Amino acid sequence: MRSLHDPVLKVENLTMRFGGLVAVNDLSFSAGRGDITALIGPNGAGKTTVFNCITGFYKPTVGRIALRHGNLDFAQHIEALTDSDHGAYRGADGSLFLLERMPDFQISAKAHVARTFQNIRLFSGMTVLENLMVAQHNPLMTASNWTLGGLFGLAGFRRAENGAIEKAKYWLEKTKLIDRADDPAGDLPYGDQRRLEIARAMCTDPVLLCLDEPAAGLNPKESLELNTLLMSIREDHGTSLLLIEHDMSVVMQISDHVVVLDYGTKIADGTPEQVKSDPKVVAAYLGVPDDEVEAVEAEVGV
Amino acid sequence: MTSVTSSMAQAQPKIDFSRLFTDAILATLVALGLFGLLIGVKTDQSLNNQMILVLRPGLLALILAAVFVGRLTIGYIIAVRDARPPEAKKAKAAKSNTALWVEKYGLPVFVGFLFAYPLMVLYTAGPQGAIKWIDNFGIQILIYIMLGWGLNIVVGLAGLLDLGYVAFYAVGAYSYALLATSEPVKLFMAAHMGSTFWPLWAFWICLPIAGILAAFWGVILGFPVLRLRGDYLAIVTLAFGEIIRLVLINWVEFSNGYAGISSIPRPSFFGVPFNASDTGFAARFGLEFTPIYRTIFLFYLILILALITAFVSARLRRLPVGRAWEALREDEIACRSLGINTVNTKLTAFAIGAMFGGFAGAFFAARQGFISPESFVFLESAQILAIVVLGGMGSLMGVVIASILLVGGVELLRELDALKVIFGPNFDPAQYRMLIFGLCMVLMMLWKPRGLISVREPSVFLKEKKSVSSDHVKEGHG
Ligand SMILES: Nc1ncnc2c1ncn2[C@@H]1O[C@H](COP(=O)(O)OP(=O)(O)OP(=O)(O)O)[C@@H](O)[C@H]1O
Ligand SMILES: [Mg+2]
Repeated sequence: MRSLHDPVLKVENLTMRFGGLVAVNDLSFSAGRGDITALIGPNGAGKTTVFNCITGFYKPTVGRIALRHGNLDFAQHIEALTDSDHGAYRGADGSLFLLERMPDFQISAKAHVARTFQNIRLFSGMTVLENLMVAQHNPLMTASNWTLGGLFGLAGFRRAENGAIEKAKYWLEKTKLIDRADDPAGDLPYGDQRRLEIARAMCTDPVLLCLDEPAAGLNPKESLELNTLLMSIREDHGTSLLLIEHDMSVVMQISDHVVVLDYGTKIADGTPEQVKSDPKVVAAYLGVPDDEVEAVEAEVGV
Repeated sequence: MTSVTSSMAQAQPKIDFSRLFTDAILATLVALGLFGLLIGVKTDQSLNNQMILVLRPGLLALILAAVFVGRLTIGYIIAVRDARPPEAKKAKAAKSNTALWVEKYGLPVFVGFLFAYPLMVLYTAGPQGAIKWIDNFGIQILIYIMLGWGLNIVVGLAGLLDLGYVAFYAVGAYSYALLATSEPVKLFMAAHMGSTFWPLWAFWICLPIAGILAAFWGVILGFPVLRLRGDYLAIVTLAFGEIIRLVLINWVEFSNGYAGISSIPRPSFFGVPFNASDTGFAARFGLEFTPIYRTIFLFYLILILALITAFVSARLRRLPVGRAWEALREDEIACRSLGINTVNTKLTAFAIGAMFGGFAGAFFAARQGFISPESFVFLESAQILAIVVLGGMGSLMGVVIASILLVGGVELLRELDALKVIFGPNFDPAQYRMLIFGLCMVLMMLWKPRGLISVREPSVFLKEKKSVSSDHVKEGHG
């Protein structure tokens, strides 16, 4: 499996406690480069918490979260980096980041991990196009010489801004939102808002895109379109995807690798076929004790 | 005919009048409880120096009647608005591009008018009468417009509620006043540049310094409040404004306390003083000396300072930093997930807003020639904030309209002799400023809760610039 020999993300012994509650318990998994990795589990299993740890919104209680750019040898550098007090190592053949050591905004800006949110977080009073421009803040800020060049309207900044608009247009066309570019984001229907959030995340040029329940609330047609969009993000842009999803049809159709969480603990890890037939997973989803699993399985026909 | 009447009947909303009445009666009872003793009874001195109680049932009844009628009207207006069918509301939203139009063409027209204003007044009122109109109306309003535009960056764009903005106004004013009147600086300049240099050029040299110092204090305030939201942010900024004022009062060696600083040098016309001497402005340009030239010059000076504020903040809004401010107002967490350093973004908003407050402060000190902590009380912060909120958060033209209404309105009341006839010769409308504010605010909340110009103009567009209705725009977490 690609997650073993060519990982982009490696989570090791991740534990997150909130007071007495253990939301994530000693979780280890990796996501392969160019893979679509699905993180699934019943409600409250701790999936969103894992995302929040990866993207720096929570500092994990224990654990190491490593992200790799390029072909750098993971095993060779990881221990040295962990022993140092740096958050990142940059070599000739790639970079390595320890995400648990970086502040949230740098995880997006430097490590290029982008995310969407379970309850959509758009800039609803700004237009669709503006949402995508905000996502390109860092490159535009550099192009505007930290505002000074932009204030005087230097040509370099204007060129960069036009480039940013072109990129936004590309993603708007890809997400079929181009006709609504000048409308406020808050005016869009729910399905469009979900796609806009993905387009916005993609405008940050992510290496790893984390999607928290992208298909929630979509109708079957929209859900199918989403699958196509996600496949194309992977094929055309080489972005690796990590997604949380409750809709099993989406998970089974598009993911290469599935990790199953229950009560914060990993109970299964493998290809969709392997996971689907895993009795523990069926039990977790149907909520029956282990010894009754077989009976239930026979009943539901898996 | 029938179709007309039926549609009329449909447009006539159903209103529960009995509920409106009970509501109004309840409000009147509350008012009775409040004002019964405060207004209904007055302590006075009798002829033989005894304290007596004077009952004022007439006045009390008048106020209670006003409350009853007012509450009834407000209730009716709200009921009519809520009863309107949703299509009518939609139709209204579609028309809101007019506000965008006001924002686009209103400002140039207004600026053109302002450039002509002193000459128009001079022509109509003559040199004697003109000073009052240019100074009390023109300069006074322009100072508040500039302060409003500066605070708009912090409150309107970045969504950080700052109740202590007057602190930066004070920092600017005191920076100029202290530097310009400081003995060591005077001696140093006299030794190196000649004795007339400093009094003439002090303003022009200290203006940028005042702005920079205010921006520096903006960052100082910004740091501790970075993590605060909403009410907490408001309270800490309020306290900051008060602390600056209390320091100015109590640190007498530094700021001369309550007595303030006087004989602050007035700005020169780029090195030419406004006085009656042979080298003064009037003599140089072959004019007869009158104080009006200085007033006109000050008018154009604050006009240009205010326009710079407007230009810079409009420009910043179209730059990445301005878009990040607005995004911060909309959703801070989403900003961080997109790699925006929210700490720096907030600090730049505080610093740039404060800088314009500092410029305005330096101008204020130069215009008055005298400053004391009295000029920098919380009421000033409240007035500037009221201007921003009344104007519509984020709108430049809204601030202009609100300043004219709130500042110009009070000045104008002072001019109305009819009011003196009604309320007696000692009537001073400036003392009723808070009452006027309150009334304005209540009316605004009823009529246009998101401010006079409540639509947002997008900073970039692909095909067509459409205004963003205030229903979507957030007020920020501050
Ligand atoms: N900030 C927090 N403070 C305290 N407890 C938290 C916090 N965040 C999450 N939890 C708890 O951690 C557990 C896991 O929550 P999480 O949101 O990660 O679940 P999830 O798998 O995403 O569920 P869902 O499918 O409903 O989105 C829950 O019991 C939740 O109440
Ligand atoms: Mg979740």
